[in-house]
Amino acid sequence: MDLAFSPADEAFRTEVRQWLHARVPREPLPSLETADGFEAHRAWEAELAADRWSVVDWPAEYGGRDAGLLRWLVFEEEYHAAGAPGRVGQNGIHLLAPTLFAHGTEEQRARVLPPMARGEVIWAQAWSEPEAGSDLASLRARAVRTDGGWLLSGQKTWSSRAAFADRAFGLFRSDPDTAKPHQGLTYLMFALRAPGVRVRPLARLDGKPAFAELFLDEVFVPDEDVIGEPGQGWRIAMATAGNERGLMLRSPGRFLAAARRLEGLWRERGGPGSERDRVADALIGARAYQLFTYAAASRFLDGEAVGPESSLNKVFWSELDIALHETALDLLGPEGEPADTDWAQRYVFALAGPIYAGTNEIQRDIIAERLLGLPKGRR
Amino acid sequence: MRFLLDDGQRAFAASLDALLTAADPAGVVREWSRGDHASGRALWSRLARAGVFALAVPETYEGGLGPRPVELAVAFVELGRHAVPGPLVETVTAAVLLTGADPGIAERLLPVLASGERMATVAPAGAYALDGDAATLRLSWEPDGIRLSPGHGPVRPSLDPARRLTPLAPGGELLDAPTGQALTWARLATAAQALGVGLALLDRTVGHVRRRTQFGAPVGSFQAVKHRLADAKIALEFARPLVFGAALTLRPADAAAAKVAACEAAYTTARTALQLHGAIGYTAEYDLSLWLTKARALRTAWGDPHECRALVVSAADDRRW
Repeated sequence: MDLAFSPADEAFRTEVRQWLHARVPREPLPSLETADGFEAHRAWEAELAADRWSVVDWPAEYGGRDAGLLRWLVFEEEYHAAGAPGRVGQNGIHLLAPTLFAHGTEEQRARVLPPMARGEVIWAQAWSEPEAGSDLASLRARAVRTDGGWLLSGQKTWSSRAAFADRAFGLFRSDPDTAKPHQGLTYLMFALRAPGVRVRPLARLDGKPAFAELFLDEVFVPDEDVIGEPGQGWRIAMATAGNERGLMLRSPGRFLAAARRLEGLWRERGGPGSERDRVADALIGARAYQLFTYAAASRFLDGEAVGPESSLNKVFWSELDIALHETALDLLGPEGEPADTDWAQRYVFALAGPIYAGTNEIQRDIIAERLLGLPKGRR
Repeated sequence: MRFLLDDGQRAFAASLDALLTAADPAGVVREWSRGDHASGRALWSRLARAGVFALAVPETYEGGLGPRPVELAVAFVELGRHAVPGPLVETVTAAVLLTGADPGIAERLLPVLASGERMATVAPAGAYALDGDAATLRLSWEPDGIRLSPGHGPVRPSLDPARRLTPLAPGGELLDAPTGQALTWARLATAAQALGVGLALLDRTVGHVRRRTQFGAPVGSFQAVKHRLADAKIALEFARPLVFGAALTLRPADAAAAKVAACEAAYTTARTALQLHGAIGYTAEYDLSLWLTKARALRTAWGDPHECRALVVSAADDRRW
């Protein structure tokens, strides 16, 4: 058992740190939930990609560095510690790309991944529907067979990044007659500017269009944009959902960097002992999450699959994120009220954590039933 | 970087688990609580033979296997899981204190701590020492150093009946023993023990809610019950890596962080365990009480949550995270 990274990993850390030190914008980019900010973040993705830092764990042929899981963790620690911009491409990079690596065709990987790595094509996820949130088995949007492809119709909602993104991936009901509702779903990719797609941006709590509703009316998708076998979408998507809750979506470096910023804020402003305890809890939580991830990564490198433990992760980081940012706003007092500060923006983002990627209630059910062995019951 | 217990460490945990499962610790705890130390001493000897106390004693002393903080944490999780009574953390702390002491004293006392021949207690002057009536080596941690206390005062019951609180008699020989790392080890061992206590509470409560039916269904099928247990599981599983991380770094702030997280997790789990057992859990005769009361006591032993959190934020340079 050890916590020491190899000299080669440490050399990688130094290289990352030096590159970020030279390149991270001195002034924060405008919010990526605005048209200007989205383009600025897209340009940052291109800058990262030019030196192959946008997807360090991917194979070199798609723009990565074959860096492996541990170096990805190192990269993320340095990235967040450097205060580098949020990643506008992360839905594609962390949700779609792993699915294509596992279930896509060689042709799909060659066509989709390099432009994703360069930020030329930004992806939105389109899973949720008005009547289906965490219960994906109740999806209704349809995919109907046509010559050379499929016609998509129906409504998707809470589609992250869709207000400004280029393409989306989602599940559609391709066989309405199956006995079980999670059968007969197909996983497809489609263009957000295709004929028949209407995108209605949805403002989140602070008024910024962080997600959108999609209205689809016989949108044509060629067969080459089906991921895996038609009808197998549920199984393929569940593998991605595990990924979303598990190792890749919220890297420990993000919370450690945020907890250190909070500690800095507390040192700068002072505060009663009760506030000091909350700052300590944020640090302890971030450290716990980092070490938990190191253990999970060690098991993964030993060949163990990421299982339902990813549900422990998801509840933990999402609650840590809110507690950390609440503490910051409380330390700021009335100065924490303006919505355009970095702390306020991060707070609003954190509030969504327990809702997306499978609500925390669903995650707690999974923990209780699959990790503790409690009997299934009515939800 | 491979942050996982190795096969030997896992086998050590399994062998202690087997030893303790066979030893009827519940009966031992109840006798210990009444001041009858015979079965507790016998168990202590067996734990010593398994190497538990030797892990805190350097190899240079007779019987020493250490210092091996990771294995010590492994052992203390098992001691907590099985509610083993006695001044366990204190004996480890005494071993660390004596490691830095005058060689003559260290040569004389460390081998008998490693072998289990003597059990030690340690407490700051004026505070209660744990199990001073059972310990045969009593160290008073005073501002000017560590003293060999000549005796103990009357026993006062603790909220945890298995913890017998005793003031130490003043005076005694002053040892030339720097206190150095002793508090870090005390907190590490307490955190690991608390983690074990929490794991046992969770395990027993899961078993109970699977069996217990109300309104025609196992209470464990109710979402309100499931979610409390899921939260307990989350808290314990995120305390675990802090405990082993602190064992690897032995930095004071890391041990303090581990203690906060493990003791809070164990205490939250105790509250959940009591609620989900209902009135059965509120009775002293039901074994759950052995862990319930210990979770409360460990929370304030060797640095309360406030003190440990203060160390985490004040020790930013030492913390290195």
